[in-house]
Amino acid sequence: MAMIEVRDLTKNYASGEETVEALRGVDISIAEGEFVTIMGQSGSGKSTLLSILGGLNRPSHGTVDMAGVDIYQLPGEKLADFRSQKLGFVFQSFNLIPYLTAVENVMLPLAICAMKSKEKQSAALEALCRVGLGGKADRLPNQLSGGEQERVAIARAIVNRPAILFADEPTGNLDSKTSLEMMGLFRGLNEGGQTVVMVTHNPENCDYSDRTIHLRDGRVAASA
Amino acid sequence: MKLHNISFNNLRRRKAKMAFLTTGLVVGIATIVTLVTLTKSMSGDIERKMDEFGANILITPQQNGLAMNYGGISLGGVTFDQQELLESDLERLDTIKNRQNISAVAPKVLGGVQVAGRQVLLIGVNFDKELKIKQWWKLFGEAPKAAHELMLGSEAARVLNIMTGDPLEIKGERFTVTAILDQTGSQDDSLVFAQLGVAQQLLNKQGLVNLVEVAALCSGCPIGEMVLQIAEKLPGAKVSAIQQVVEGRLKALDQFRRFSYAMAGVVVFIGSLIVFVTMMGSVNERTTEIGVFRAIGFRKSHIMRIILLEAAVVGLLAGFLGYWAGMAGAKLALPFMSDGNQVQLVWDGLVAFGSLGLSLSLAILASLYPALHASKMDPTEALRAL
Repeated sequence: MAMIEVRDLTKNYASGEETVEALRGVDISIAEGEFVTIMGQSGSGKSTLLSILGGLNRPSHGTVDMAGVDIYQLPGEKLADFRSQKLGFVFQSFNLIPYLTAVENVMLPLAICAMKSKEKQSAALEALCRVGLGGKADRLPNQLSGGEQERVAIARAIVNRPAILFADEPTGNLDSKTSLEMMGLFRGLNEGGQTVVMVTHNPENCDYSDRTIHLRDGRVAASA
Repeated sequence: MKLHNISFNNLRRRKAKMAFLTTGLVVGIATIVTLVTLTKSMSGDIERKMDEFGANILITPQQNGLAMNYGGISLGGVTFDQQELLESDLERLDTIKNRQNISAVAPKVLGGVQVAGRQVLLIGVNFDKELKIKQWWKLFGEAPKAAHELMLGSEAARVLNIMTGDPLEIKGERFTVTAILDQTGSQDDSLVFAQLGVAQQLLNKQGLVNLVEVAALCSGCPIGEMVLQIAEKLPGAKVSAIQQVVEGRLKALDQFRRFSYAMAGVVVFIGSLIVFVTMMGSVNERTTEIGVFRAIGFRKSHIMRIILLEAAVVGLLAGFLGYWAGMAGAKLALPFMSDGNQVQLVWDGLVAFGSLGLSLSLAILASLYPALHASKMDPTEALRAL
């Protein structure tokens, strides 16, 4: 059964008096437990596709079924609830909250969950340990290296055990050695059953994924 | 980790921004507290000064068609036949319900006497009380203190050709003029002022007075009520309020209060603007952060709660600090404002809780739009990276 089922996805943006077609009838199917990388040149629509898959950007046309739910048909704030319960995000710039410590950043998705404080704390510490950063839980983001910040961002994305983990250029700001470590980390998570969808510029990252979808001019050019 | 932890941590770890925002509000609240406290503290003092500035209640004997012409009543010449009040009856004024509102009682006795071949109007007064009521009087010389000392109105002095220190004989008794009253433009200019007891003796009206001027403090007591209370105690007297004086004072006080509140209103407006601009700036600065919150599943209401909780904490802190700063400011300013008089600083619980409430409401109201704006941010726009 497909974890993500995208049908005839179109996204148009208004740019002045012109309309820019970022995505033009994209059909994608991603299975549960699959690790998929999305590649394409700048302006190919890969970031737009990821934001739509992540429930952050309403498409102009088409449907996005995720774990059997047509997410853009969810009423009101139910889509936010869906993101909170089913999805995890790792951003290119990590986007850690500067005034929260590593463990507090990881606990952030749990702030709106009905859990006891101790359970939240232990879940966050466990996630930090999974990414190998258990010893730096009380450090602020500016006291961590780029790779460590990325690890915190990954821990934050997996702390609520999401069905799907989205990552947008997660190695874009890292040196090659740290990039390899991070990709190994994503691979490890995937081998543990985690569905991963990653946008990347780096072809080497595709070696870690099960499949790569190539986008060109808003369309799927290849999927292999 | 709960939503309030996010708010508290933001405030705790962004001390400079929080200090700026709090300072803006503290200045606003402190200014309001200072203004309100000064107004409250000064009101009593100003009211007392204004009430002492001339009489606002007049007590005269019941008239039988006769007219006098002093202080709003007609005399019809220097020789007249009229009823008088017993001076001893005035002690009953101390028994009225609002006796604490009586600032000064100035009894007077009037009568015509022959001085240096001229008929003049002699008025017996209690100089201490008279000078308290008529603070606009300007004397050349010293106010009479001894029994055989006189004060002359400017016109009387001119007509009688008398100067300060000159002797004057009335009904065979020798007096010394110790003061000349500067021109007032009123009937006082034509009078010869003597001590009340001496005048009563000269006019053969021992223990009697012709009229009594009363300066009553209007605060907390409608003057009409006091008139009724006095009339009840003095059945043989006609008691009337000098309405234009009363109304004028109330209007002046009202204007003073209005001015203070208008100033406070301006400060509230400026304070709100500071909070609004700072919170709006803070929200715009935290665009990415808010985008992350939305991306990981925070509802719009969660974002609003975070922003408004921060505003509430700042508001409460600023209210507390602003109150104490304002009271300190009022304490420092009061001696300068009260002309060196001993005016007590008013510690009002309403001002304390009011400043807390005002600061809290101000911070929350001024942050409502920024919070709403933040909650409506498009997560993709907010994150940009995506």
